Amino acid sequence: MTDETGSAREQTVVGHHHDDLDTTTLAYSGQAPSHAVMAQRAHRFGTWYHAEAVLRSMRAFIVPGLLNAVGQPLLYIIAMGLGLGALVGNGVGTVDGVDYLTFVTPALLVSTVVMSVSGEMTYPVMAGFKWMRTYYGPAATGLRPAQIAAGHLLAVVIRFVVQCTIFWVIAVAFGATSLGWSVLMVPIGVLAATAFGAPLQAYAASLEGEGFQFSFVQRFIVMPMFLFSGTFFPLAVMPVYLQWIGWLSPVWHGTQLARLVSYGASGPGWLIAVHVLVLVAATLAGVMWARRVYTRRLTS
Amino acid sequence: MGDLSPGSRDVELTPVTESVVEPVISARELRKTYGDFVAVDGIDFEVRPGESFGLLGPNGAGKSTTMRMIGGTLDRTGGDLAVLGMDPGPQGPTVRAHLGVIPQQDNLDEELRVRENLIMYGRYFGLSRSFLAAKADELLAFAQLEAKAKEKVQSLSGGMKRRLTIARGLVNEPKILLLDEPTTGLDPQARHVLWDRLFRLKEAGTTLVVTTHFMDEAEQLCDRLIVVDHGRIMAEGSPRELIRTYSTREVVELRFGSARNATVVAELDGVGSRIEVLPDRVLVYADDGEACLEEVARRGLAPVTSLVRRSSLEDVFLRLTGRSLID
Ligand SMILES: Nc1ncnc2c1ncn2[C@@H]1O[C@H](COP(=O)(O)OP(=O)(O)OP(=O)(O)O)[C@@H](O)[C@H]1O
Ligand SMILES: [Mg+2]
Repeated sequence: MTDETGSAREQTVVGHHHDDLDTTTLAYSGQAPSHAVMAQRAHRFGTWYHAEAVLRSMRAFIVPGLLNAVGQPLLYIIAMGLGLGALVGNGVGTVDGVDYLTFVTPALLVSTVVMSVSGEMTYPVMAGFKWMRTYYGPAATGLRPAQIAAGHLLAVVIRFVVQCTIFWVIAVAFGATSLGWSVLMVPIGVLAATAFGAPLQAYAASLEGEGFQFSFVQRFIVMPMFLFSGTFFPLAVMPVYLQWIGWLSPVWHGTQLARLVSYGASGPGWLIAVHVLVLVAATLAGVMWARRVYTRRLTS
Repeated sequence: MGDLSPGSRDVELTPVTESVVEPVISARELRKTYGDFVAVDGIDFEVRPGESFGLLGPNGAGKSTTMRMIGGTLDRTGGDLAVLGMDPGPQGPTVRAHLGVIPQQDNLDEELRVRENLIMYGRYFGLSRSFLAAKADELLAFAQLEAKAKEKVQSLSGGMKRRLTIARGLVNEPKILLLDEPTTGLDPQARHVLWDRLFRLKEAGTTLVVTTHFMDEAEQLCDRLIVVDHGRIMAEGSPRELIRTYSTREVVELRFGSARNATVVAELDGVGSRIEVLPDRVLVYADDGEACLEEVARRGLAPVTSLVRRSSLEDVFLRLTGRSLID
């Protein structure tokens, strides 16, 4: 309850407050573009604006991220090339017509980014809607929810371009691949990541709870995808009843494309087209699904 | 009306345009339901350019729901809504480019630093980095957070975060500022500074839409307001008008102790123009409070404490809904 003394005190506080802040320029500086122009820019570039914001807030993780991006391929190449490679080499000579390190490197590049994307498109998505509510800031600006979804994915794509490039450079340096067409492993790795990441993003966005499902995704989707996608041995070596995992797995499709550009692995032309199609289709389906879920959640 | 000189046209038209000035927000039969639950139950209101318009109501009244529909971040179930002549449903992004939105719940980017939060938010409006560099400094001054510019948002106190959220909403120099319970979590000093600054923003031409359940805030900040309860408008007018219409000039608050409050009412019959019994006190509405007190004393009723005060919006709300706004 406000009583007489209360309001008297309020009066003095207001009265004593000599404010030299220029509220007029705060309301209208004359320097800003019109609101119609702001709306237009948000319409055109909103996805990039949000990607920038996401990348900036990832900044704290740049150093560990880089260490990871450099350390992982180094470890793999040393272990596979010197350890496992020597073993495999001694036993059977070559795999798919090349030495083991050459065979496994494109697969490692693809599977490490696909594994990374499962971290980027699960808990951070839930944080955006629930824990930190960071999606609701841009949702109150001229951005559309679809741009918020796409912006988050774009930021992750940019991160993976860097990560794949580092992997590729290290692979070249260690003679695991040769300079040239093999650079296409970078976009192939990123495409494989979005083929898994975009649908995962949409799925994560559709969850209202605490995200306990993510550990299931990790155990029962990501790990099998890593182990049974022709990463360490050709898919054909596996029994037929396990091969379907490869056909469903973006890791296998990405890996096969990466092998093609890395050491010219041979295969029928139609199969190459299938690999590309599957990856592109899964990405597009994920983007469209995410757009719907984000729109629903940010307008209801 | 053949050839009027430009001058005489001005003279003729100005009063007309002023009296039918286009509202910046107009809602008709605005509704929102969640399943069977009706959160906003067909409300009508208009906000005129440059005014400070309030939505006053208790928890769950439908204030935030209404605010979010205005910004197009919540789809309405029915009715018409126009913001600056646009429909915030399909034209939400364009509408929002003109708005400054201060949500009830802060959603700052905790990973970023204080100043960076302002700049990144400005980027969403396509504002240039050089513009934002200057703007961020002004906004830091507005929020009185200059000293915290380089801190992480995580390290701010609740009230500081609130001030930063409010400042952030000003980054695009909005035509309309939507403030959903702006002063929640602010200390009294900060509240008064904010009211003062919002008042001056309004003077500079910004339209304010404010929700609150603090009657003093509504009284200080709003030219006109609607009192909302259960998704319906209970009354509309300026704070002064509402008090004049729904209350008396003064109120006498009598406390007889919680056991006696209810029983003493019969003995107060005829004192003042209306009596309201609350669990902890009895309110007597009258234009002359002191005269009432004398009458109470003459009847030999000895309240433990008594107080004469001016009527407030709290009393209006009590009258309209039979409930206290702040329990
Ligand atoms: N997503 C939702 N699903 C179901 N009911 C909801 C949802 N959001 C709000 N409501 C209900 O709608 C009603 C109005 O909520 P709203 O947030 O608009 O109230 P308010 O006036 O802003 O209250 P407060 O002062 O507590 O902020 C409440 O009863 C609330 O429970
Ligand atoms: Mg609310």
